[in-house]
Amino acid sequence: MLFWQILIDGFAISSLYALGATGFALIFGVSGVLNLSHGALMVAAVVAAWAAGAHLHAGPYAGAALGVAIGFSTSLLTYFVIVRPLQHSRKIREEEKEIFILTATLLWGIMIQELIAYLYTNNAKTVAPIVEGVVWIVGVRTPSNEIFTAVVCWLVIGLLWLLVNRTRAGKAVLAASMNPRGVTLLGIELSQVYIAVWAIYGVLVGIAGVLLGMFLGVSSYSVGPLTASAFAIVVLGGLGSVSGALIAAYVVGYLETMTAYLISPAYRTIPALLLVVAVMYVRPRGLLGRR
Amino acid sequence: MRSFSTARVLLFALGVIVLASFLPLGVSGYILGLLTIAYYFGVFAMSWDLLFGFAGEVNFGPTFLIGTGAYAAGILDNLYQLPIWICLVAGALAAVIGGVVLALPALRVRGPYFGLTTLVAVLMLQNFIVVAAGLTGGEIGLVVPDVISVSDTTNYEIALWFMAISGAILFSLSRSPVGLILQASGQDAVQAGALGFNVTKHKLAAFIISAFFSGLAGALMVFYLGTASVGTLVDITVGVQIIIAAVLGGRRTILGAVLGAIFLIAMSEALRPLGDLSNFVVFAIALIVVLLFPNGLLGLLTGTKENI
Repeated sequence: MLFWQILIDGFAISSLYALGATGFALIFGVSGVLNLSHGALMVAAVVAAWAAGAHLHAGPYAGAALGVAIGFSTSLLTYFVIVRPLQHSRKIREEEKEIFILTATLLWGIMIQELIAYLYTNNAKTVAPIVEGVVWIVGVRTPSNEIFTAVVCWLVIGLLWLLVNRTRAGKAVLAASMNPRGVTLLGIELSQVYIAVWAIYGVLVGIAGVLLGMFLGVSSYSVGPLTASAFAIVVLGGLGSVSGALIAAYVVGYLETMTAYLISPAYRTIPALLLVVAVMYVRPRGLLGRR
Repeated sequence: MRSFSTARVLLFALGVIVLASFLPLGVSGYILGLLTIAYYFGVFAMSWDLLFGFAGEVNFGPTFLIGTGAYAAGILDNLYQLPIWICLVAGALAAVIGGVVLALPALRVRGPYFGLTTLVAVLMLQNFIVVAAGLTGGEIGLVVPDVISVSDTTNYEIALWFMAISGAILFSLSRSPVGLILQASGQDAVQAGALGFNVTKHKLAAFIISAFFSGLAGALMVFYLGTASVGTLVDITVGVQIIIAAVLGGRRTILGAVLGAIFLIAMSEALRPLGDLSNFVVFAIALIVVLLFPNGLLGLLTGTKENI
C-alpha cells in the first residue's frame, strides 16, 4: 500500500522535476549559461496563473495560458536584459563571464522574488487545477491532477524531443550544443539559435511552473529551493545532458518522496542533497555528463 | 589601485579608520548600530573576495562559514555559559573546520560544480538548524544569554577595529607573493602547478583564512545582536548580499568589499521609505552596477582599467 503510494506520488513529482530541469539543462547545453533565476521564473509563472484566477476571475485554462505566457516573456527578458549584454560585454574578461552571469541571474531572480513578495505577499499560492476529483489506482487514492501533471509533463518532453530531433530548427539547436563554431560555418545565425532556446526554455518553465502551482503551490520563498533542486538534478545527470537530467529527476524525486513518507517530511530534501554532493566527489561530471 | 604600494594604501586606510573611530562623538546610536552591522558585513565580503577574487572559487555559500561560526559560538554560550572569548575562539575554529570541509570538493570540482556544492552546503546547514531546533532554536532563532556590551559606542569600536585588523591582514595577504600565487592558481591551476607552486596547499590556506574571518565575524555579530537566526546569518539572501557587497565594491580589491558593504547598508536605510520595495530597488541597483560597471565602486573611483 505504502509502496504503491510512494510509487505513484513519486512519479508525479519526478515528472514535474524532469520538465523543470529539462529547460535548465537545454540552456546550459546550448549556450553554456547556468540560469540561477530559474526558480524565480517558475514562481513568476505560478503567481501569474494564480493572480489570473484570484483577481481577474479567469478560468483555469486562461490562468494556465497567462502563466505560460509570463514564463515565456520573463525568460526572453532574462536573455535580452541580463545574459546577452554580459556575453557581449567588453569590460569583463572572457573567463570571468560565467561567474558574472551566475551572479547577475542570481540577483535577477531575487529581484523577481522581492517584487512578487511586494505585490502579492509571501503567502503560498495554489493555482486552481484544470482537472479535479480523485481516482483509485491499486488501492491508492490519487488526485486526478497528479495523473494530469505526469501526462502533460511527458507530452511536453516528448514534443521537445520531436522538435529537437525531427525539425530543422531543432537540429540546429542540437548542433549548436555540440559545436557552436561548426553551426556558424554552416550559415546558421548563432544568436537566432540562442533566442530560440530561451523561448523554448520559457515555455517549459511556464508549463512546469503552472503545473507545480496546481500540484503543490508555491510562495516567493520557493525561489531558492526550486533553483537549487533544478541545479542539483542537472549536475547529478551531467551538465548539458538532457537525458541525464531526466534520469536524475526521477532519482531525486523518488528519494525525496521516500524520505518524506518513510522518515519525516522535515528531512525531505536532505538525502537528495547528500547524494548530489557524493556524486560530485565520486563522478564530478554526473551520470551522463560529457565533460 | 595597483600603482599604490601596500604600505601607502594601508596608511591611508588607517587614517580613515581613525577618523571613523571618532564618529560616536557626533552621530546617534541608531546610525552607529547600522555601521556596526555594515562593518561585520564588510569582513564577510572581504573574506569572500579572498576566495572569489583571488582563489577564483565561486562560493555561493559564504553564509555556510558564517553560520557555522555564529551558531557554534551561540550554542556554546547558550548551553554552558562559557566566557565570551572562549565562544568566539570556538566559533572561529568551527568555521575553519567548515572551511576545510568546503575546500575538499573545491579541490576536485571547478566552476559551476563547486558553486553548487557551496549552495548545497548552505541548504544543509539551514535544514540542520531547523531540524535540530532543540539545540539551535530552529526557525525562531537562538537567544544567547551574554552580549559583549550594551553600549552602542563600544560595539561600534569593536566592529570597526575588528574590521580594520581583518582588512589589514587580508589586504596584505592579497598583495603578498601568496596572494599572487593564489591568483595564478585561480586563473590557471595547471600552469600554476607547472611553475612549481603547490596549488592545493594555497587554495586550502585561502579557504581556512576566509573561514576564520567569516566565522569570527559571525560569532561577534551573534554577541552583538544577542540572537542568531537563519534569516540574519544563514539564508541564501544574506549570502547574496555579501556577494553583492564584494562585487559592488570591486572584485580583487579586498578593501572595496568594505565600501560595498557600507554602501549596501546605507542604501537599504535610505530606501526605507519605500517599504517592502526597498530590497527590490537595492538589488536592481546592484544588478545595474554588475551589468554596466563590472569593476565596481573602487574601479570607478580610481578609474583603473582591468589590466588584461
